[in-house]
Amino acid sequence: MYMFISPWLVGFLVFALYPILSSLYYSFTDYDIIHPPRFIGLANYTEMFHNELFWKSVTVTLRYTLVSVPIQLLLGLGFALLLHQTIPLRGFFRTAMYFPSMVSGVAMSLLWYWIFNPQIGLFNYMLSWFGIHGPAWLMNPDTALYALIIMSLWTAGSGMILFLAGLQGVPASLIEAANLDGAGRFRIFLNITLPMISPVLLFQLIMGLIDSFQVFTQAFVMTQGGPNYSTWFYVYNLYTSAFKEYRAGYSSALAWVLLIVVMIFTAIIMKLSNRYVHYEGGGRR
Amino acid sequence: MSIVRTANHRPAASAHRRRIDPVKAASFITLLITTFLMLLPLFFMVSTSLKSKKEMLKFPPTFLPESWAWSNYRDIFDTLQFGTLYKNSLIIAVLTVIGTLISSGLVAYGFARFRGRGNQFLFVLVLSTMMLPYPAIMIPQFVLFSHMNWIDTFLPLIVPAFFGSAYNIFLLRQFFSTLPEELFDAGRIDGCGELRMWWTIALPLSAPALATVAIFAFIYSWNDLLTPVLYLSSSEKFTLPVGMASLTSSRFRIPPWHLLMVASVLAMLPIVTLFALAQKQFVEGIVLTGIK
Repeated sequence: MYMFISPWLVGFLVFALYPILSSLYYSFTDYDIIHPPRFIGLANYTEMFHNELFWKSVTVTLRYTLVSVPIQLLLGLGFALLLHQTIPLRGFFRTAMYFPSMVSGVAMSLLWYWIFNPQIGLFNYMLSWFGIHGPAWLMNPDTALYALIIMSLWTAGSGMILFLAGLQGVPASLIEAANLDGAGRFRIFLNITLPMISPVLLFQLIMGLIDSFQVFTQAFVMTQGGPNYSTWFYVYNLYTSAFKEYRAGYSSALAWVLLIVVMIFTAIIMKLSNRYVHYEGGGRR
Repeated sequence: MSIVRTANHRPAASAHRRRIDPVKAASFITLLITTFLMLLPLFFMVSTSLKSKKEMLKFPPTFLPESWAWSNYRDIFDTLQFGTLYKNSLIIAVLTVIGTLISSGLVAYGFARFRGRGNQFLFVLVLSTMMLPYPAIMIPQFVLFSHMNWIDTFLPLIVPAFFGSAYNIFLLRQFFSTLPEELFDAGRIDGCGELRMWWTIALPLSAPALATVAIFAFIYSWNDLLTPVLYLSSSEKFTLPVGMASLTSSRFRIPPWHLLMVASVLAMLPIVTLFALAQKQFVEGIVLTGIK
């Protein structure tokens, strides 16, 4: 057995455990990557709490997460429910919904950079059909973050695929039985489907949160954190501190705060899941 | 009829074909509208990529190019070293896929086939690294790789893939666990060693799962921006995302939207091709390995 898992064991030690521990050490030092780190105790952490840009990045990231993750989950589940029925053109719809998810990353950022262009972009043109005069989305501090949230909803199809897989795992016999008992669509959804797919929901919630805490590409390509720091995402802040300002010590402290927050969120959700999430076999884990 | 009814129940559905189900009619219309909205940006991506420099600045945007500027697709190779970017990204992605399949396949087999106390503990450890944010480890990794003189080479982007990645190990282990024990008993009677059983029994039966993992690994590597931004400094080593990102950050007075869209279309091409080729296996793989 150890022969088989040895690649992972080595990888874990070299690419995970060692970096985590040294990151912890760096976070207590003044370090510019070139000169050896100098121990300065908790100074990085105390600075963080007085640093305006740190708080800015926390607010931006939380606002983005709280709006985009729930809407994305709901859209993904909604699409999946619609497409789980026998319906004309089902294959076409499934592919079409998933298609945007294949454009992720820089290409998507470039495309939406054009769409949000206030003069020649598609978005404001479509708004003008309804007599709405759209803002200068990415150049306006009040709207830039919302523009990125709108863009994030475009890829809800990737969640849909996982929900569809989950829905296929719901035994038809259960639904048939409920149907015979006279349960309506909504009752069946609430009492059978939803509990049965709750593991998928939980998985996507955790992954959605973790991904959303780590938004980087959009800020790097589209806005450079601006205008006026309105899209100054946490990881963009972390990247700038380390590789633009050469403050790897401070940046490591930021990394450790991120790590701890992710761990806390995961722990809370796991705890809740023991109570509310149904696993196959019915037993609680 | 229930909204959650599965695909296997076509007979029941066709029995009532004459009656139009209002819920289904409403779903169909909702799907038409949302699909239109989802596909519209993609349509404009392709259409704008074929417009002339003058036409791309027109407002309102034209739906179809007035004159089809196919030359854009040639121009981008001159203005951007696009060929080099493409080649670099392909090399890195293909090697990453190979590394991921070999290493994650081995490790997943180890976790699926052997049950023991240490095994359980280590698997939990694997799962927990799934939650580990890359930014949390990127600085020490950067320091490590710079000590090894790997900066401005492809090595930091490729080598880690050969040590297994949590998500793929998890997917493959789920799949391997579903293979019936009798198969391996038969192999054992024939005198197969574990490594041979892995190669001749487990892997061939796992095509859908392996295809899924390969596609995930390819897409991840192909789209990654942060890692290549950190490690690659000379422009002839840039990957596609880095080269494309430099198009906006170099701050043109008027961004060349038509060329940006050409780049986006070309960047999307391998992923769409891959998906089209492996769609059946991919969907099957996701269903079978089921995120449970």
